[in-house]
Amino acid sequence: MNQFEYVRLSDVTGAAKAISKVANSQFLAGGTNLIDLIKMGITTPARLVDIKPLPLAMISRTAGGITIGAIASNSQVAEHADIKSMFPLLAMAINAGASPQLRNMATTGGNLMQRTRCPYFFDITMPCNKRAPGTGCGALEGINRMHAILGASDKCIAVNPSDMNVALAALDATIEVTGAKGKRVIRIADFHRLPGDHPELDNTLAKGELITSVTIPASPFNKNYHYLKVRDRTSYAFALVSAAVGLQMDGNTIRAARIAMGGVAHKPWRATAAEKFLQGKTATDENFEKAGQLAIEGAHGYEHNKFKLKLAPNAVRQALLTAAAKK
Amino acid sequence: MAKNHPGPSANEGNNRRDFLKKSTLITAIALAPPSLINAAENKLDEKIAGAFEKAPLNLEVNGVKHSLTVEPRVTLLDLLREELHLTGSKKGCDRGQCGACTVHVNGVRINSCLSLAIANEGNSITTIEGLAKADQLHPMQEAFIEHDGFQCGYCTSGQIMSGVACINEGHAGSAEEVSEFMSGNICRCGAYPNIVNAIMSVKKGGNG
Repeated sequence: MNQFEYVRLSDVTGAAKAISKVANSQFLAGGTNLIDLIKMGITTPARLVDIKPLPLAMISRTAGGITIGAIASNSQVAEHADIKSMFPLLAMAINAGASPQLRNMATTGGNLMQRTRCPYFFDITMPCNKRAPGTGCGALEGINRMHAILGASDKCIAVNPSDMNVALAALDATIEVTGAKGKRVIRIADFHRLPGDHPELDNTLAKGELITSVTIPASPFNKNYHYLKVRDRTSYAFALVSAAVGLQMDGNTIRAARIAMGGVAHKPWRATAAEKFLQGKTATDENFEKAGQLAIEGAHGYEHNKFKLKLAPNAVRQALLTAAAKK
Repeated sequence: MAKNHPGPSANEGNNRRDFLKKSTLITAIALAPPSLINAAENKLDEKIAGAFEKAPLNLEVNGVKHSLTVEPRVTLLDLLREELHLTGSKKGCDRGQCGACTVHVNGVRINSCLSLAIANEGNSITTIEGLAKADQLHPMQEAFIEHDGFQCGYCTSGQIMSGVACINEGHAGSAEEVSEFMSGNICRCGAYPNIVNAIMSVKKGGNG
């Protein structure tokens, strides 16, 4: 690992000051992604500001839903009684990711900030516009089996690796941040970016801004829901494709639907056209198949990932079938 | 050792830290408006360790309190193995992928290879060396022997630490659940069925 300065503070204002004091500073929380990236030489911070002691680990019910502190670990969220009863889709998605040890360390804010697992990003001998802007994209014409089929650019076809983010996208979460210009709230849909011409930017946070909490508004998707993760082994692997779905059922009629996909884009991919299509429809395999097709409208496959053009709609269809069948 | 020769000893570290802290403040003074300087001086005091120096760290390992000095970039795993000579926790991948380095921090299992030692101030760590009571093996250790839960043994300490936590967390309700919640511990010899059997036997109250 490169050598870095370490600063630990117990208040948000102090942490924000400490991060702005030294160029190339980064916040350290669970460290499951950041320490790995430092070891690999992918990021070489001059200063780490440890935010683990900040009082941001609470998970609390609010009038409109639940607010999760940025430092709450993935395990704490997935095991929390209110999360399990109100947002079981989130608990299911979190438990589909990483390992118990990593979920114990990883935080809610850190998971939002998780960087891509693209092998070209992780190999500093390879070109990568995300890691080293202007060097090109190794994956575009390289081994791109794990890569995006939606919203990619000719600069970057990496995907967001998180499971949690996919559920948060389906559940319309908002992210509270604080920075030099004060506090603001970012919708999850606006938090992660598409790569465009600037794949080095994963999200819309301003420099030095700190995620303080995530709020999920109450919703009726806690009965007919499912997170389907398709991967190369049963557990502890990143998604080839995943689907987070929630249905509000009235008998066999769909009142409202939520559909988000993982493993297909640079951000969790919300399938609003498919959601609109299902509204008022009957829960049939034909309708779910059509919803799956609508979910990947505009998709484009690369040499090794064309299978996702079939796998993604099928995953959505299967997740919807499973969700609808829950009594 | 003369004080003007920066070296690795604890005392030297303190002096160098003071120096670096002051230099940081000097930089801050150069860049920041005067109103910020006091704030910086007051707020940044909690813990600051320069990149090239060792900083003090207090933690408890297997019930023994340690006051040490570490470089910020040293991982908990390296501290345990290289400084405290507790080599039971293994370095497999060193990237949080294999689970061989699993230890408990305040009762919670984590990958010690991805945790900075310095971030563990005040924490209580349990390693494989801390499970047995004198000559009395922990039931999970007994069960691994009884059920032949290992072959080469490299992943075993991580498997055992993870297995103990798996039961404590309430995730050993069935063989399937154990498999899922042990997925962060890789065994290249393929002793998985026996590992699951060992954990299930402890869950059921047998000592294997």
